[in-house]
Amino acid sequence: MKNGKYRNRNGAVGIIYLVAVFIFLFAPIAVLIYFSFNSGKSTAVMEGFSLRWYEELFRDEITLGALKNTLILAVCSTLISTVVGTAAAYGISRMKKRYIKSLVMSATNIPLMNPDIITGISLMLLFVFAGTLIGLDPILSFRTLLISHVTFSLPYVVLSVLPKFRQMDRSLPEAALDLGCTPVQSFFKVELPEILPGVFTGAIMAFTLSLDDFVISYFTKGSDFQTLPILIYSMTKKTVTPKIYALATIIFITILLLLILSNVISAKDERKHINKLKKQRKTKKGENLN
Amino acid sequence: MNLSKEKPPLVKKKKTKKKGNLLAAFLAAPHIVWTVLFIVVPLIFVAVYAFTDRQMNFTFDNILDFFTPEKLYILWRSVKLALIATVICILIGYPAAYFISKANPRTQRLLILLIMLPMWMNFLIRTYAWMVILQNKGIINSIIGLIGLGPFKMINTEGAVIVGMVYDFLPYMILPIYSVMTKLDTRLIEAAADLGCNGFGVLTKVIIPHSLPGVFSGITMVFVPSISTFYISQKLGGGKFFLIGDLIESQYNANNIHAAAAISLVLMLIILASMAVLNHFSDDSEGGFIP
Repeated sequence: MKNGKYRNRNGAVGIIYLVAVFIFLFAPIAVLIYFSFNSGKSTAVMEGFSLRWYEELFRDEITLGALKNTLILAVCSTLISTVVGTAAAYGISRMKKRYIKSLVMSATNIPLMNPDIITGISLMLLFVFAGTLIGLDPILSFRTLLISHVTFSLPYVVLSVLPKFRQMDRSLPEAALDLGCTPVQSFFKVELPEILPGVFTGAIMAFTLSLDDFVISYFTKGSDFQTLPILIYSMTKKTVTPKIYALATIIFITILLLLILSNVISAKDERKHINKLKKQRKTKKGENLN
Repeated sequence: MNLSKEKPPLVKKKKTKKKGNLLAAFLAAPHIVWTVLFIVVPLIFVAVYAFTDRQMNFTFDNILDFFTPEKLYILWRSVKLALIATVICILIGYPAAYFISKANPRTQRLLILLIMLPMWMNFLIRTYAWMVILQNKGIINSIIGLIGLGPFKMINTEGAVIVGMVYDFLPYMILPIYSVMTKLDTRLIEAAADLGCNGFGVLTKVIIPHSLPGVFSGITMVFVPSISTFYISQKLGGGKFFLIGDLIESQYNANNIHAAAAISLVLMLIILASMAVLNHFSDDSEGGFIP
C-alpha cells in the first residue's frame, strides 16, 4: 500500500457513496419543493406548474400571524440568550475554582443531553406549579414560551462564545487594564472584537433553534400565541395542501441564506486565526535562529 | 503573559484584579440563576410530580401504572427502534464522515454545510415529506410500478418509523465522527503503512479506534432524540406504533400531567442508564486501543 494513498482525494467509491447519502438527505426536500409548485391540491400527484400556493400562503393571515409570532419570539429569545450567554462565558472563563466551573458547565449542558420532550415537560410542570401559586390565568403564554426558548438557546451561546475567550491572548485585556482601562472599557474595546465571531455563531444558532423548535414549544405554548412549527403540526394533523410545502420552501431558502452568512463569517475568522498562527510561527522561528 | 507573572504584584493591580473577579462573578450570575431556575428546578419538579397525585399527596401509583405489560411493551419497542436507527446511522454515517474527511478542505466545508442544511429545516415538514414518498401511491411505489413491481406497503410500518428516525438524525451521527476524523494525525496512518499495515489494518487498527469518541457522541445524539420522538411515529407509523414519547404526549393532552411526569422520569432514567453503559464502553476502548 502506498503512503500517498491516504492523502489523496476520494476514489470513485467515495464519491458514489457520498452522492447516495446526499440523495437520501435531500430527496424529501426536493419532493416538497417540487410539489410546492403544484397547481392541484394534492401533495403527491403533480397536476401542473403554478405559484398558486405561494399566493395563497401570502394571503393566509393565520400563517402570516404565526410567522410574525415566530420571528418576534426568535428575536427576543436570541437577544436575551446572546447577552446573558456572552456575559456568562466571560464569567465562566475567569472562574478560578475548578469545581465551581465544572459544576456550572455540567448544569449548562443538561438541555443538550436531555431529550427535548423532557425539557418541555419539566418546564411545563414548573410553569403550571408557579402559575397556580401566583394565580396567573392563562398560565402558559408568550412569557412561558420566551423563557423556554431562552433556556434551550443559552447553552449553545455559552458553548460557542467560551472557546473564543480561551483562544484569546490573556495578556491583551491585562495590557488594557495596565494602560488605565476600566474592566468595562477593556471588555468593549479589547475583548468584544476578539470574541465577536463566537457571539455571532451563538446568536445565529439561538435564532435558528428558536425558529425551528417544535417539541419544547408544544408543551409550553399558550393558546393565544401560535408559532409556525406549532401551526405546521396542527396543519399536518388534517389534510395537507401544498401550501405547507410553499412555506417550507421559503423557510429552506431563508435557512440556506443564514447558513451561507454564518459560513462566510466563520471562514473569515478561521483565515484570521490561521494568519495569526503563521505569524506566531514565523516569530518563533526567528527566535530559534537567534 | 509570562512577564506579568514574574513581576512582583503591584498593589494597584491586585485591586483591579479583585474587581475583575467580582465582575466575572457578577456577569456569570444571571446565567447561573437562570440555569438553576429553569433547568435544575424543573427536573426536580418532574420527580415531585411523578410521585404525587392531583392533590399533591405522595403516591407510587403513577410509577406503578407504568409497569403494565402494554406499557412495558411500548418501552421495549421504543428502545428497539431507537437502537436499530442508531446502528443504521453508524453504518451509513461512518463511511460518509470518512469520505468527507478525505476530500480537500474547501470541498469539506461545502459538504459539511450540505450535511447541516436539512438539520435546520423544520423536521415536521421533512418527516411529512417522507409520508408522501412512502405512501401506497407515493413516489417509490410509482417508480417501482414502472417496472411492473409492487405496490409495496411501506407507510405505517415499523420500517417507516426507522427510516424517519435515520433520516432526521443522520447528520448528528456524521458531524461528530467527521470532526474527530479531521483531528486524526495523518502521520499515524503513514507510520502504520510504513510499518507494514495494509489498508484494512490501517482502518481497523488506526482510523476506527481513533474515531470511536466521535462515534460515541454520535450514538448519544441519535439515540436520545430517537427514543423520545413522538411525531415520527405518529406520521410514519400511522399511530399504530406507540413509542414512549407518544405515551408522554397523550398523557399531557389528557391533562394528566402527573402521569406524564412519571413516564418522563422513567425515560430519563433509561437514558441515564444507557449513557452509563456507553461511558463504560468508551472508557474501556480508550484504555484498550489508545495508549
